[in-house]
Amino acid sequence: MFDEKTLADARQGIKKWEAEVTRTAPDLLAKKRLSTISDLLVNPIYTPEDIRDLDFDREIGYPGFFPFTRGCQATGYRGRVWTFRMFSGLGTAEDTNRRWHQLLKEGETGLSTAFDFPTLMGYDSDSPKARAEVGKCGVAIDTLADFEVLTRNIPLDKVTTSMTINPPASVLWAMYLVAAERQGVSWDRVGGTIQNDMLKEFIAQKTFMCPPEPSIRLISDTIEFGTHHVPRWNTISISGYHIREAGATAVQELAFTLADGIAYVQDVIARKKLDVDAFAPRLSFFFDSHMDFFEEIAKFRAARRMWAKIMRDRFQAKNPRSWWLRFHTQTAGCSLTHQQPYNNIVRTATEALAAVLGGTQSLHTNSFDEEYALPTEFAATIALRTQQLLAEETGVVNTIDPLAGSYFIEALTSQIEDEAWKYIKGIDDMGGMLAAIDRGFPQREIANAAYRFKQQVDNQEKVVVGVNKYRAEEEAPIEILKIDEKVEAGQAKRLREVKRARDNRTVLKTLDDLRAACRSDKNVMPCVIEAVRAYATEQEICDVYREAFGEYRDPGFF
Amino acid sequence: MERDRKLRVLIAKPGLDGHDRGARVIARGLRDAGFEVIYTGVHQTPEQIVSAAIQEDVDLIGLSCLSGAHLYLFPEVVRQLRAAGAGDITVIGGGIIPEEDIPRLKKAGIKQVFLPGTPIAEIVDWTRKNVRQDSVSISLAEKSD
Repeated sequence: MFDEKTLADARQGIKKWEAEVTRTAPDLLAKKRLSTISDLLVNPIYTPEDIRDLDFDREIGYPGFFPFTRGCQATGYRGRVWTFRMFSGLGTAEDTNRRWHQLLKEGETGLSTAFDFPTLMGYDSDSPKARAEVGKCGVAIDTLADFEVLTRNIPLDKVTTSMTINPPASVLWAMYLVAAERQGVSWDRVGGTIQNDMLKEFIAQKTFMCPPEPSIRLISDTIEFGTHHVPRWNTISISGYHIREAGATAVQELAFTLADGIAYVQDVIARKKLDVDAFAPRLSFFFDSHMDFFEEIAKFRAARRMWAKIMRDRFQAKNPRSWWLRFHTQTAGCSLTHQQPYNNIVRTATEALAAVLGGTQSLHTNSFDEEYALPTEFAATIALRTQQLLAEETGVVNTIDPLAGSYFIEALTSQIEDEAWKYIKGIDDMGGMLAAIDRGFPQREIANAAYRFKQQVDNQEKVVVGVNKYRAEEEAPIEILKIDEKVEAGQAKRLREVKRARDNRTVLKTLDDLRAACRSDKNVMPCVIEAVRAYATEQEICDVYREAFGEYRDPGFF
Repeated sequence: MERDRKLRVLIAKPGLDGHDRGARVIARGLRDAGFEVIYTGVHQTPEQIVSAAIQEDVDLIGLSCLSGAHLYLFPEVVRQLRAAGAGDITVIGGGIIPEEDIPRLKKAGIKQVFLPGTPIAEIVDWTRKNVRQDSVSISLAEKSD
C-alpha cells in the first residue's frame, strides 16, 4: 500500500519515537502488556509498516465492491441508515403487541421478537416444564391464535420482523406466514428473519431440542422453502452473538460463526441440490458488539471480507449478493453490570457506536436494567434513543467506513482475519463444524476463554467499572419490570379455549402428515404450515420432531 | 477419613434457561479451588437436580437461573430435597436476580445468593466457611453419638 520511501521513513520514524518514549517514560514500552478485551496484544502505536503487505484494492477497496470490507452497499448509511430493531417481547401476546406499537411510535424501524423459554424450547404454556417461565423472558406463544394477537395492526407488508427462534423456527415462521396471509399480505411481500441457527445453540446458547444432524436438516428445509416461496425472508441468521455472550473472544465469535455458515451452505447444496446463488443472498448474520471499541470495528470489517472470500472462492458463488455478509448487531448483554446500572447506558452507547462504525445493517441496543429483568418501557426507550442519537446527531453516518486506512484499524482487521482463518482451517481439518461440535472443540475453547476473562476481572487485570473498580458503598434501587404471575394461568386458559374450538381431526391429520414428512426427504414446511393453520399447538408440532428425531442432551462441558 | 474427603459440589441449571456461562465458570473456579465439582448441564427439572445431588452425595448445590423463574425453581429444589430427606445439603443460588427477591429466597431455604460480578474467591471463601464446617460438625456429631 506504500512505496519503499514511505516505509523506510516509517521505520526511521518509529525508531525516533521509541527513543523518545524510552527517554521520557522508560517503563512504558518494556512493562505494560496491553491487550484487547479478547486478549489480543495491541501495540502503543501503528504505522504504515504494520500494513505494508495490505493491498488496497484487494483487501480494502470500496463499499459495494468485493471484498466488501467497507460495506455491502455502495451508498453506506447515506443510502439508508441501519434498522433500529429493538429485541422485545414480554408476558402475553397482548402485552408485547402493545410494546411493539409503542416502540414503532417512538421511531423504531423494524421489529424483533423475544419469546419466553417455553416457546423457545417448543413447550406449551401448560407443560410442567413451562412452570414459572411463561411470559418471563419474552412473549408466550402457543398457537396461531396468540400470533394473530401479537401481530395485530402491525402491517406485515411494511414492517420487517426478526424472530429469535431456533429449534421451533419452522413453527413460528409458519405462524407468521399464515398471519400475514390473513392480513392479505402474500408471502412474496413479507420480509423478516428467523434466527434458525442451531449450530450455535450446540456451541453456546443451549436452546436445543433434537440432535445436530436432524436440526440441520430442518434448517435446510426452511432455507429451501424460503428460496421458492418467501423470497424476501432471511431464513437464517447465523449468529455469533450467543457464542460471544457465552464467553468467546472476538476471534472465536467470528471464526465459529463463519464456520457455522460454511456448514449450512454445504448442507443446503448437498441435501437440496440448490445452486449456491439461489439461496446464499438470503443468508444473514448476527454479531455481538462488546466493549473493546476498535476490536469490534475490526471484527465487523474482517467478517465481511472473509465471508466474501468464502462465498466467491470456496463455494464459487457468482452473484455478488451471495458474497455479502449482511448483519444485525446487538450490544453485549454480558458487558452490562448489575452494579451501578445507569453506567450500562454508556456501555451500550459505546458498543452501538462500534457497530455503526463497523457498518451494521440493523441494531438492537440493550436497556440499562437488563441485569435485573426484562426492560421497562422507560429503559427500552433510552436504548432506542441511543441509536437515534447516533444516527442523527453525531454525524458518524455521513462518511462510509470512516476508519478505513487507519494503520491500527487495518492492522487489527487483518490480524483478526488471520487468527479466524486459523480456527476455520482447524475446524475443516476436523471434518467441519458438526464434527468439531461432536468433539466439544468450540465448546471447550469458549469455556476456556470465559474462565480466563473471569480470572482477569477477578485479579483486576481487566477493569469493569463498578464491579472491580470504583465500587459504590450503597446503591439506590431501580424500577424493575415484573411479569404478572397471572400470565401463566391466562395463557393456559387461552390454550384450552383454542383446543376446544379447533377441529381436532384436522389437527391430528396435519400432525400425521408432518410425521410422515419428517421420516422422508420431503420438505416439512408445507406440513407445518397446515398444522399451524389448523391451530395445532407449538408443542404438538415440536413433539412430532422430538418423536421423529430424538432429543439432544447437554454434555455439560465446563 | 470423613474429614479428608473433598467437599462435593453440584452446579445445576434448573428450568429451560440455557445461559450457562456463569454456572460453568463457577464450576471450574470451585474445581480449581480443590472441590469435587459435578455440573448437571442445562435444562434440569428440580427432580433431576435433587436426584443427582443425592446420588452424587454432594455437600452443596449451586443453582443458576437467568430466566426470571428463580422464585419458583430455587425453593422447589429445597422443598424436594427436604422431602427426600436430604435437607442437610446446602443450597446457594445466582443469576439475574433482583435484590428484592433475595429475602424470599433465603426464607425458602436458599442459604446465600451471589449476584453478577461476584469474584470466584468470595464464593470459595463462603463455601469453606459455611459448608465445610457444617459437614465436619455433622460428621463429628455423628461420631460422638
